[in-house]
Amino acid sequence: MLELFAPYSVSEVLVFLLKGLGMTLFIATISIILSFLFGSVLGIARYLGKGMGARLAAIYIDSVRNIPLLLFILSFRLLLPSVILGIRIPDKAVFSGIVAMTVFTSAMVAEILRGGLNGIPQGQWEAAASQGFSRYKTLRYIILPQALRKILVPMLGQFVTCLKDTSFLQVVGISELMMNTTIIMGKFKYSYQVIVLYALTALIYYGANIAVLTIAKRIRF
Amino acid sequence: MFKLWMWERLFTDFSIFLAGFGMTLVVSLLALVLTLLISLAGGLVRCSHARIAKNLLWLYMSLFQNTPLVVQIFFFYYVLPRMGVVLSPFSVGYLGLALYTGAFGIAVVEASILAIPKQQSEAAMSQGFSYLQTMSHVIIPQAMKIALPSLTNQAVNLIKNSSVLAMIAGGDLMYRTDSWASETAVYGPTFLITGLLYLSICLPLSRLVKTLESKVR
Repeated sequence: MLELFAPYSVSEVLVFLLKGLGMTLFIATISIILSFLFGSVLGIARYLGKGMGARLAAIYIDSVRNIPLLLFILSFRLLLPSVILGIRIPDKAVFSGIVAMTVFTSAMVAEILRGGLNGIPQGQWEAAASQGFSRYKTLRYIILPQALRKILVPMLGQFVTCLKDTSFLQVVGISELMMNTTIIMGKFKYSYQVIVLYALTALIYYGANIAVLTIAKRIRF
Repeated sequence: MFKLWMWERLFTDFSIFLAGFGMTLVVSLLALVLTLLISLAGGLVRCSHARIAKNLLWLYMSLFQNTPLVVQIFFFYYVLPRMGVVLSPFSVGYLGLALYTGAFGIAVVEASILAIPKQQSEAAMSQGFSYLQTMSHVIIPQAMKIALPSLTNQAVNLIKNSSVLAMIAGGDLMYRTDSWASETAVYGPTFLITGLLYLSICLPLSRLVKTLESKVR
């Protein structure tokens, strides 16, 4: 049993995989937060549906949603500068990975939020206007709070997607869970070691996703 | 970054990209046909009374929906050969994509069938329709109309996800793009053209989703 993962010990392998999971969670969390901020702006711009802003948001959302994430990951790795505004990026691979994930996920978040906003009856705008609310105040105090409540569960679903999608980052050499699995796999001699390792990695992803989905199911308003 | 010689070089070698694009289309189409079969068969079983089959399908859906596609593709490509099953990148591509997308497709079909009121099958049976006849003549035609927008959306995801083949040297558009770009150091124009090629298939499909959605409502 102790030689299961020779030349490594079982605990070494577990620690290495969990470090990978740490990186996966880190990138997914930062990306979903940034995507929420950026995606909200896009989604609201498209929802309000007037002028240049709405049109630009629509073009952004429709193009990004129809291009594979992998293309963003590969191109940002090569096209992003390593110095931005005079600041040297400490870990360019991770930085470009987060940017690629954020660019991609923002478009998804924007559509989720727009769906939530569209679900609020138009009559509420009129009711608020009749009570003297400005358009900004109606959106800020009446429409948005309801829409945000509606999109909480789909947003957690998007977080799961984000978690799964970080596995693409292996192509740019970020040491997330999938990358670390591949590194260990290269050192193994026997087939059963590879099979057990793979089952373990799949189980870690599965457990992380189910944990997030369980939280999503618990949330009720 | 966007110099003229880069574009000249790109268009001289454009056949490489077209070959990759063709590969992406073929793999996606094969996977799509398989996905539809899995979704329909699985959806029907999920709505039946076969308890063991239903539970097995639940396990399949849960596992394939909640692990990354990359893990599944790598499993088929690197781990299956260790168990004596050797598949080409092409087969891994369309089988892997179909199994992944099918896990979501079954849920779509199941929900669509359940959306058809129970009275319809009761009415059909009372007129002497058998279970299979009820399903094929009454329930499925209506359920498919409901399922179509979501299934088309899954098709868009499938085409985008086919880029995962690049990670196992599958010869698809993304693979050709990545290897050609790193060979020639022509990055900007290459990624732009590849993005446009993906857009050219996915955008019309996404538009179709919107049209279909408005029809269902």
